[in-house]
Amino acid sequence: MRALRSVFYVVALPAALVALWWLLTLGSDSFWVPRPGELVSTFREVWIGPRFMDDVVPSLTRLAVGLVLAIALGILGGLAIGSSRVLRRLSEPVLEFFRAIPPPVLVPILMVLVGVNDTMKVLVIVSGAVWPVLLNTIEGVRGIDEVLSDTAKSYGIHGTSRITMLTLPAASPNFMTGIRQALSIGLILMVISEMFASSSGLGFTIVQFQRSFAVTEMWSGIVLLGLIGVLLAGIYSFVERRVLRWYHGLKEVEQSE
Amino acid sequence: MSETTPSPTGQPAAPGAAAPSAPTAPTAREERQEVLLSVRGVRKIYPSAAGPVEAVRDLTFDVRRGELACIVGPSGAGKTTLLKIIAGLLEPTSGQVILEGEPVSGPPRTMAVVFQEYGRSLFPWLTVRGNVELPLKNARVPAAERARRIDEALEAVGLAHAHRRYPWQLSGGMQQRVAIARAVAYEPHILLMDEPFAAVDAQTRADLEDLVRDIWHRLGVTVLFVTHDIDESVYLGERVIILSSSPTVVQEDVHIDLPDERSQLETRSTKQFADLRHHIYEQIQLAKAGIVPAQIAAGVTQKEV
Ligand SMILES: Nc1ncnc2c1ncn2[C@@H]1O[C@H](COP(=O)(O)OP(=O)(O)OP(=O)(O)O)[C@@H](O)[C@H]1O
Ligand SMILES: [Mg+2]
Repeated sequence: MRALRSVFYVVALPAALVALWWLLTLGSDSFWVPRPGELVSTFREVWIGPRFMDDVVPSLTRLAVGLVLAIALGILGGLAIGSSRVLRRLSEPVLEFFRAIPPPVLVPILMVLVGVNDTMKVLVIVSGAVWPVLLNTIEGVRGIDEVLSDTAKSYGIHGTSRITMLTLPAASPNFMTGIRQALSIGLILMVISEMFASSSGLGFTIVQFQRSFAVTEMWSGIVLLGLIGVLLAGIYSFVERRVLRWYHGLKEVEQSE
Repeated sequence: MSETTPSPTGQPAAPGAAAPSAPTAPTAREERQEVLLSVRGVRKIYPSAAGPVEAVRDLTFDVRRGELACIVGPSGAGKTTLLKIIAGLLEPTSGQVILEGEPVSGPPRTMAVVFQEYGRSLFPWLTVRGNVELPLKNARVPAAERARRIDEALEAVGLAHAHRRYPWQLSGGMQQRVAIARAVAYEPHILLMDEPFAAVDAQTRADLEDLVRDIWHRLGVTVLFVTHDIDESVYLGERVIILSSSPTVVQEDVHIDLPDERSQLETRSTKQFADLRHHIYEQIQLAKAGIVPAQIAAGVTQKEV
């Protein structure tokens, strides 16, 4: 019964939206807005076939590599900067500067510096996705409770043990928030990195469809992007529920007090 | 990390737990005389935005092995400051702390600290068991030994049923028991406690006081217990070190000659208890008024010259 209900909550709104869309496009024959049935069959034609291996898989691979790098860099950098007052004060203005640069403008620069290749595209993803992870990790490390830190010290927990036993778990609620933001930024940058001077990938294909007025195909690409977003969010919440189980429990107790 | 031998887990001041250099094993009595912790002329001035704050002026006292000593002092007397210095968490401005013959320069392996803020000193991402285990893991205690010590420690504090709960699922008193179990499992030679029961209700507090006496009896560990509660200091201690208000010196060092067997009901209603309590209360009032007993004041001036 409970399972049924949660399925209902997941499915109800999308179903209603599709029904609405279906109703509104019932009589029309618009060139720009396809009907649901049309879109589904186009989706199948376009994406389930060779294009999946040629465009979708490479895009997703670059996204995955970019995200993993951004998360690793963000957490490592955040640990270093967050743990050291000197580093923090040195890096604060610089971080603000780099964070303010919209990553898409880096695409032409990286094209010149690195060339038009996978490395460039991955770097574009990293350049945008690293910030929320980095800044949230710094915040988390800085906010470690003083009593908890003294407790760890008094039990001789220092050096790398301190990082694994205290700093990382204590900062995990923060960097998980950062990772969640990084996922959506990464997806956007994956598309953007492929829109310039590229010859394959999801972003490239969608732009290609748009330029050749293959409107339904273009829509199907957008749907695919949305589905990838949903998939990423699903993976995230699966991981988060496990990593932060303690945190949600703690918050619940604090709120009920 | 000067020494890693575990403390004796038998009776208090068990013979055989003596310094290895002793030519013959000292008797229990002789061992009680051995100074475990020595606080020498400790002074702490905090630099702060509003100018330097002298939290501790000049503290000197010794704690012998196996002793249960309480430190009382008015709020803001610098008790926490002193404890952090003893624990190697804070550098004194001048003076020295010597533990088992070695000057303290960082957290010593043979010391465990129980903080007042139990809610903030337990690792919320670890279970009760995980919390007790962490320091042992860090000290690379073998798994079987670790398991034994955790089981014993949790048993000793009455939490044998709560291994898999999380600290935030427990009441305040139970959380402080976890912190005590963690300290006990670490097998320290000295246990520092900073107003550990200030934030729990009266009944829980009485239970926890008895727990501390019980653990002290059973493990023979030296305990230095900080409190601002006079009754608590008299009930728990063999000795009460009274601190003056800030800038802090030792106001008086009182021997508590109550019988070793103490009970919340009986002990607290004896005349002796009332007298001691009265005496310490008086001293603290004097301390607050800034009146330091003559001999100590003289001692301080001598040192300052
Ligand atoms: N980090 C700090 N910087 C500046 N002053 C401090 C600092 N920590 C403590 N003090 C000051 O030092 C004095 C002693 O503080 P401490 O916390 O050691 O007292 P306490 O005896 O533990 O008090 P309480 O009974 O409230 O716990 C106080 O006047 C306090 O304001
Ligand atoms: Mg204090």
